Order: sequence, then C-alpha cells, then structure tokens
Amino acid sequence: MTSIRLADTPLLTYVLRRADDALVLGHRLSEWCGKAPLMEEEMALANMGLDLIGQARALYTYAGEVEAKGHDEDALAYLRDERAYRNLLLVEQPNGDFALTMVRQLLYAAFVDPYWRAMMASRDTTLAAIAAKAEKETAYHLRHSAEWVVRLGDGTAESRRRAERALAQLWPFTDELFHTDEIEREMIATGVAVDPATLRDTWRTTVAGVLARATLTMPEDGWMQSGGRGGRHSEHLGHLLAELQYMQRTIPGATW
Amino acid sequence: MTPDREQLRETARRVAGAVADPEIPVLTIADLGVLRDVRVLESGIEVDITPTYCGCPAMTMIALEIELALEKAGLGRPKVVTVLSPAWTTDWMSDEGRAKLKDYGIAPPQKGAGRRALFGVDTVACPQCGSTDTAAIADFGSTACKALWRCNTCREPFDYFKCH
Repeated sequence: MTSIRLADTPLLTYVLRRADDALVLGHRLSEWCGKAPLMEEEMALANMGLDLIGQARALYTYAGEVEAKGHDEDALAYLRDERAYRNLLLVEQPNGDFALTMVRQLLYAAFVDPYWRAMMASRDTTLAAIAAKAEKETAYHLRHSAEWVVRLGDGTAESRRRAERALAQLWPFTDELFHTDEIEREMIATGVAVDPATLRDTWRTTVAGVLARATLTMPEDGWMQSGGRGGRHSEHLGHLLAELQYMQRTIPGATW
Repeated sequence: MTPDREQLRETARRVAGAVADPEIPVLTIADLGVLRDVRVLESGIEVDITPTYCGCPAMTMIALEIELALEKAGLGRPKVVTVLSPAWTTDWMSDEGRAKLKDYGIAPPQKGAGRRALFGVDTVACPQCGSTDTAAIADFGSTACKALWRCNTCREPFDYFKCH
C-alpha cells in the first residue's frame, strides 16, 4: 500500500506532532504486554498505553478534519512513512529495561501533563476539548512513573544503577520538548498553541522534585539531540512503524 | 418542539439511557453521565455520548448498543455522535449510580474530583465492610477507570472507580 502525502499546513502539522507523540509512546508501552515485571505493572503499562492511543485517535481524527482530504485516523497512523512522522525523539526510544521505560514516562509526563492543562485554554475548541480529557489521564501517568522512579532510585544498588543509566541515556532527548519552530510560533501567536518554553520551569521543578526523592542526581545539560519534529528520527522509529503498520501495508483496508 | 416530538425525544432518551456499560453492567450510561443529549431531527434521532477516558474501548460497544436498543424500540436507527466537550468527570455519575456501584462491590469515586497531589494519599472506604483502613495495591486496574485496592479490616481486595 503506498503512503499518503500531506500538505505541511501549520495547524495540520501541529496536531499531527501531538498525535504522533501519543501514538508512538502508546505503542512502546503496548510492547510490554505479556512481559511486564509483575501483574499490576502489566495492567498499568497497558492502561497508560491505552490512554495515549486514545488521545492519538482523537488527535488524528481532528487532523483528518483539518486536512479535509478524506484521511481518517487509520490512514494517518498506518500510511505515513517514518519521515512524515513528527514525534519527539524521546518517545520513540526503545523500552530498554523497566527503569528506562519509567524514566522515559516521567520525563514525558512531567512535560505533557502541564502542557495539556495549559492547552485547555487553546482558542482551538477541539484541541481544548481533547486537552481537558488528556490532562486527567496524564496526571495519573506522571504520578505512577514518579512513584516508580523513586522506588528504583532509592531501591537496591541494582535498581539504582539502572535508573541512573536510564536518566543519563534519555537526558539528551529532553531539550526537544521545549523547541519551537516557525509552525509552532505561528500557532502560539494565534492562541492555538501554548509556548512550551513557558513550561520548562514547571518541568524542571517536577523532575528535580522526583529525582530528589529518588536520591538521584539531575544530569547536567550537555549535547542535546533533536530532529523528530522535522521528521529526522533515530534508527528506532522505522522498526517501530514496520511492526505498527505491517498489517495495513500488507492487506490494505483490513478490518475485523 | 411539538408535543409529539418532545415525547419521542423522552422515549429515545429513556431507551438510550438504559443501555448498560459493557464493563460495569450494573450501571447504565445514564447513571454514568455518558449519555449527553438526544435530539429528534427531520433526518432521524441523534444521540450524543461522551467517552469516560480517551481510550475507553467500551465506547464502540456502547454506540452499537444504543443503535440496537433504539431500533428494537421501533425508533429507527439513530446517529450516535461522540462529543468531547465538556470533558466527562466522575462528578457526573448519579447518586443512584454510586449506590449501584457500591452494592456491586466497587468503591464509588469521591465527589469533587479535583487535581491530585503528585504523591497524594486518598481515603477510600471498603465497599464490603465500610472500613476506611484501606490501601492501594495498584493505580491501574482491570479497566481504564478503576484502581485496585485492599481492605485491611475485612482483608478483601476491591476495585475503586478512580476520580477523574
């Protein structure tokens, strides 16, 4: 099945970026199905993944309406190539061990929870409505991942070692959370979007607070990696999409 | 609206509202606050529903059940519309719904669902014995809307419908 091509209009791209963040991280969490370290975590990871995929569905549906070319949520999720995906590099990073998954969740949730809360005041009524639902869900994700990072950091020597390693590995992807480009600036200027730079202090305070409880040291900002918003991804996204899109690419329009 | 239409709307609302939540069958979608509006138009009946959680898999099922219920009642096939705004909250659950939940063994959500502190502690009464000496086992339970708790008095585990 050939890929679809979309116009790069600001609102469409803005919505797709958020939809891609939610879908890619939701898919990553779904990869834990059947492999989580304990039963409760099996449920928690699947539940968080479900929330994110639910948010992605609402956002893709809206993106399809904005584009008005007849692409539904499935077409946008299954028929775009890696370079057309506009998610943050952070969310596509592989699950690694449980510590890496939880640190990744914390770093993302500490941003996206206040982000959605601020987006409830968006001048775009659909985004504001999605934000009002999403922020309730991300509040649970933040709490859950924060509790785990505390347990792991302040746990055994082994869990601490893994939490430290995860933090060092993922830190270079955190700056991208706050990046803006021309598209984002236009959306901010028209009151559709929130300037992510205004959320940086909140994010740092939340993460610093959790790390302090976890007796972990906040990494120094060094070389920061970016590119996801422009479609330049790490080597991992292509593999993720191959699995995510396989069925629709092989048997186009398959339903059950 | 003419009396006939108003009556039709009331009937449709009653029929649609009686559809049970597929995951918590003691609750109807009227109890839950998932049924938002029913309109009688020239083109037919429109029913608005709102999801509890973005990814709630019961929504498709609920939409299908509404179509079936209205058709069965001779009201024709309705158009079921999902609305996101205003966002559903557990505060919309009726008192009757809360009582039904408790009888079913699920601790109902507390009213006034505000924002929770990052490391907050909730007090949840055991739906079996009423004791408040309870503890959370897991924040995520068998469905998106429930958490798993345990009672330290009667030692029974129970589901808690999370505030949202």
